[in-house]
Amino acid sequence: MKKLTSAPYLLWMAIFVVVPLFMVAYFAFTDQSGAFTLENIIKTGQYTPIFVKSIAFAAISTAICLLLAYPLSYILSTMKVSYQGTMLLIIMLPMWMNFLLRTYAWQTLLGNNGIINNLLGVIGIGPFKLLNTNGAVILGMVYDYIPFMILPLYTVMAKIDKSIIEAAEDLGCSRIQSIIKITVPLSIPGIISGITMVFVPAISTFIISKMLGGSSNLLIGDLIEMQFLGNSYNPNLGAGIAFVLMIIILIVMAVINLIDKSDSDDKVLM
Amino acid sequence: MEKNIISLRNVSVTYGDETVLKNINLDIRDKEFVTFLGPSGCGKTTTLRIIGGFLTPDTGTVTFEDTQINNVPPYKRNINTVFQKYALFPHLNVYENIAFGLKLKKFKKDEIHKRVSDMLRLVNLTGYEKRNIAQLSGGQQQRVAIARALVNHPKVLLLDEPLGALDLKLRKEMQRELKKIQQQLEITFIYVTHDQEEALTMSDTVIVMNNGNIQQIGTPVDIYNEPVNAFVADFIGESNIMNGIMVRDRLVNIFGHDFECVDTGFGENNPVDVVIRPEDIRLISPDDAKLCGKVTSVIFKGVHYEMTIVSDDFTWLVHSTKAAEVNSVVGMEFDPYDIQIMNKMEEDK
Repeated sequence: MKKLTSAPYLLWMAIFVVVPLFMVAYFAFTDQSGAFTLENIIKTGQYTPIFVKSIAFAAISTAICLLLAYPLSYILSTMKVSYQGTMLLIIMLPMWMNFLLRTYAWQTLLGNNGIINNLLGVIGIGPFKLLNTNGAVILGMVYDYIPFMILPLYTVMAKIDKSIIEAAEDLGCSRIQSIIKITVPLSIPGIISGITMVFVPAISTFIISKMLGGSSNLLIGDLIEMQFLGNSYNPNLGAGIAFVLMIIILIVMAVINLIDKSDSDDKVLM
Repeated sequence: MEKNIISLRNVSVTYGDETVLKNINLDIRDKEFVTFLGPSGCGKTTTLRIIGGFLTPDTGTVTFEDTQINNVPPYKRNINTVFQKYALFPHLNVYENIAFGLKLKKFKKDEIHKRVSDMLRLVNLTGYEKRNIAQLSGGQQQRVAIARALVNHPKVLLLDEPLGALDLKLRKEMQRELKKIQQQLEITFIYVTHDQEEALTMSDTVIVMNNGNIQQIGTPVDIYNEPVNAFVADFIGESNIMNGIMVRDRLVNIFGHDFECVDTGFGENNPVDVVIRPEDIRLISPDDAKLCGKVTSVIFKGVHYEMTIVSDDFTWLVHSTKAAEVNSVVGMEFDPYDIQIMNKMEEDK
């Protein structure tokens, strides 16, 4: 019975997950004529600086998201339950708007003749070059992905029994100590899923870097896009880069999960 | 007599437009086992939370050893709490849970080790140091929670229905153990429960609460034998509560018959509530009795028979070691000191 009901999902996964993965692998290890080659993978090596930059950008954005989202999620989880829903709605509201549109909005905000520089002009400073900078790309990533950090953190923190915090205070913890000794260790599963949900899309993003970072500010995502849609059409190389990226993400996730495992045994599965 | 360790004066708490505690006044003596007893929503847990420092009263003062502590946070009070659902730290093992408070207070490692080991022995959990909290049974978690609080050597231990989740046998066992620990360590225990038997078994003093008011403060014997009103009489043990007229001092009229009693000071010809415990009623021949009734049911309860006897439209509950025949007519009598006279309850709201 169990087998029967899971059959549609297995079929779905086979068609839309396993098969595409094999196709990526197939393209990555073949040339245009379909013969086996390692050239695509080897060629990826010449893009090492872009890989490094992408990983750095994703890591920085993830770290900023975590730093911003953690206190916010904590405050949210300690609010009156009736306010929590409203606050969460306000946080999620921008996500209802199209991702592209929101990134475009930043473009006009940050531009040399954008609102921010105009306002700065009023008080006599600027204009600054805000758009087409690394900072703008990271800002865009943080802005777009921070809800994915807040949600898992908030969910885990809201589930922590209030009496456990009270017990810590009863035993001598100040508010700050109870956060460090109780809330943080108990919210590790949320931190892990938050990092995963921000880092993975951030490392392979291409629209944000293109729109806020300018044409010279290439990330892996842009590189892969170019191989499929751009002038340098080469799906085999694109698949090769994507394959290497996938391996990198897998390694990063494995390391994070390892840290998590060593910390405690009972795990919330992602 | 020990001196007062905790005093509450005119303490009130209001949530929205609902008053949870109404002008509470009470004193708790050092080394005493005090129980707050009452139905759910009576304000007993709220009172405990005020003493623990988790709640600041809207009005009134809380003093601890003659110092006002209204705004002192929990971590600065020499009081520890055993929480209702234990509230153990799931990411720490048994040893780390118990050592938690001592580590915060920067005790030396070997002192911590000694104290934790002593506690584990006290609660019969030696050898469980490395266990995960999730691997423990309810009773074991309970013991860890008690050890975690007591290891700090608090002056006062607060216990919020700590045995509620345990089965009857384990509960009885833990009741005895808690009482033993309290006497051994000479710590003030403030215990919250809705189980009247638990309150009577363990306490030196019982504080009966209802609707945010204190109904009665007294020893278990006082509370049982001399309830001040119908609520207390009804809540503690089984009882026959009926309307009566206090004819004069030491004479009460029930169902048209005058009975001698021992109570005074209720005025003359005043309506009162009368309590007679079911075990204080003797069954006698109807010819010799002022009160006669028809037996409507007899249930065997082990030590005694529980009978209901209908007389003058009032159903009496009678406990006796001798059973009467169902549908037979019996007489009832009781001694003057078994009649408890109480003022009619004022409307609470």
